[in-house]
Amino acid sequence: MRRSWWKVVCIIFLAYTVIGGFLMPVPRQFIINETIRNLYFHVPMWFTMMLLFAGSFIYSLKYLRSGKPEDDIFAAELTVVGIVFSILGMLTGMEWAKYTWGAAWSNDPKQLCTALSMLTYFAYLILRNGIKDEEKRAKISAVYNVFAFALSIPLIWVIPRMVDSLHPGNGGNPGFNKYDLDSMMRMVFYPAVIGWFLLGVWITTLRIRLKLIQHKEENSY
Amino acid sequence: MRFCKTLMMMAKKSALSILLLMLTTLIASAQSTQPEMADTMRSNGKIYVVVLVLATIFAGIIVFLVRIDRRITKLEKK
Repeated sequence: MRRSWWKVVCIIFLAYTVIGGFLMPVPRQFIINETIRNLYFHVPMWFTMMLLFAGSFIYSLKYLRSGKPEDDIFAAELTVVGIVFSILGMLTGMEWAKYTWGAAWSNDPKQLCTALSMLTYFAYLILRNGIKDEEKRAKISAVYNVFAFALSIPLIWVIPRMVDSLHPGNGGNPGFNKYDLDSMMRMVFYPAVIGWFLLGVWITTLRIRLKLIQHKEENSY
Repeated sequence: MRFCKTLMMMAKKSALSILLLMLTTLIASAQSTQPEMADTMRSNGKIYVVVLVLATIFAGIIVFLVRIDRRITKLEKK
């Protein structure tokens, strides 16, 4: 195992999230009641997805400048793990919505726009799998990835905030951090976000390392 | 005169009792409108069972990740 201090930080922070997330006090509120604790798990999924997609975007730009196949591997694996986190975020959000908004899918603008953004990333995977030639695949998917990331910013961060939404922080609904996220919740929420970030990065590095080994073997004979 | 006084006293008493009644209902309604939280689960300690289960799953996932990490490192050294 490649020993890194941040892997230890990841384990400690996530262990703290799992334990403190259920034992630390949270504000008493109607409708969401005890489910407010989902904040430690549902929201970091999206934050991690965004971080991984941003990393993928940077590596795609890097690939377009350098043309190194390694940069393409980085971009592709970051996207794959980002998609995994987005699926987890979507599922946890739907589960949470079922019990607080009354339905798993209520055509909330944030749900719709995020689903659209996820579809553009699914298309990225399909696009990659559809091109046999390695160089062509890397180049086309890099260009597409830049587009997909640029599209995700207004879809996830801008449009849901301009219209009425059930999500806190949108369309006049106060964000969690404005009134509800009190100092006790912050003490779990911030380590949780960092912990999930690092877990996402860790899983991605494993995939990248495997792909790099594979790439080396394919090009060695 | 005397009748008037008794009437006044009665009115005062009933006003007081109505006020008391209103106050108690207000307090009762305030108590019932407290958001419901899993207080029983916390007081009888069952919440620790949930935390234990989640911690176990988390530990399992971490052990799994560490083992994969080790295996990849071995592959890299080859």
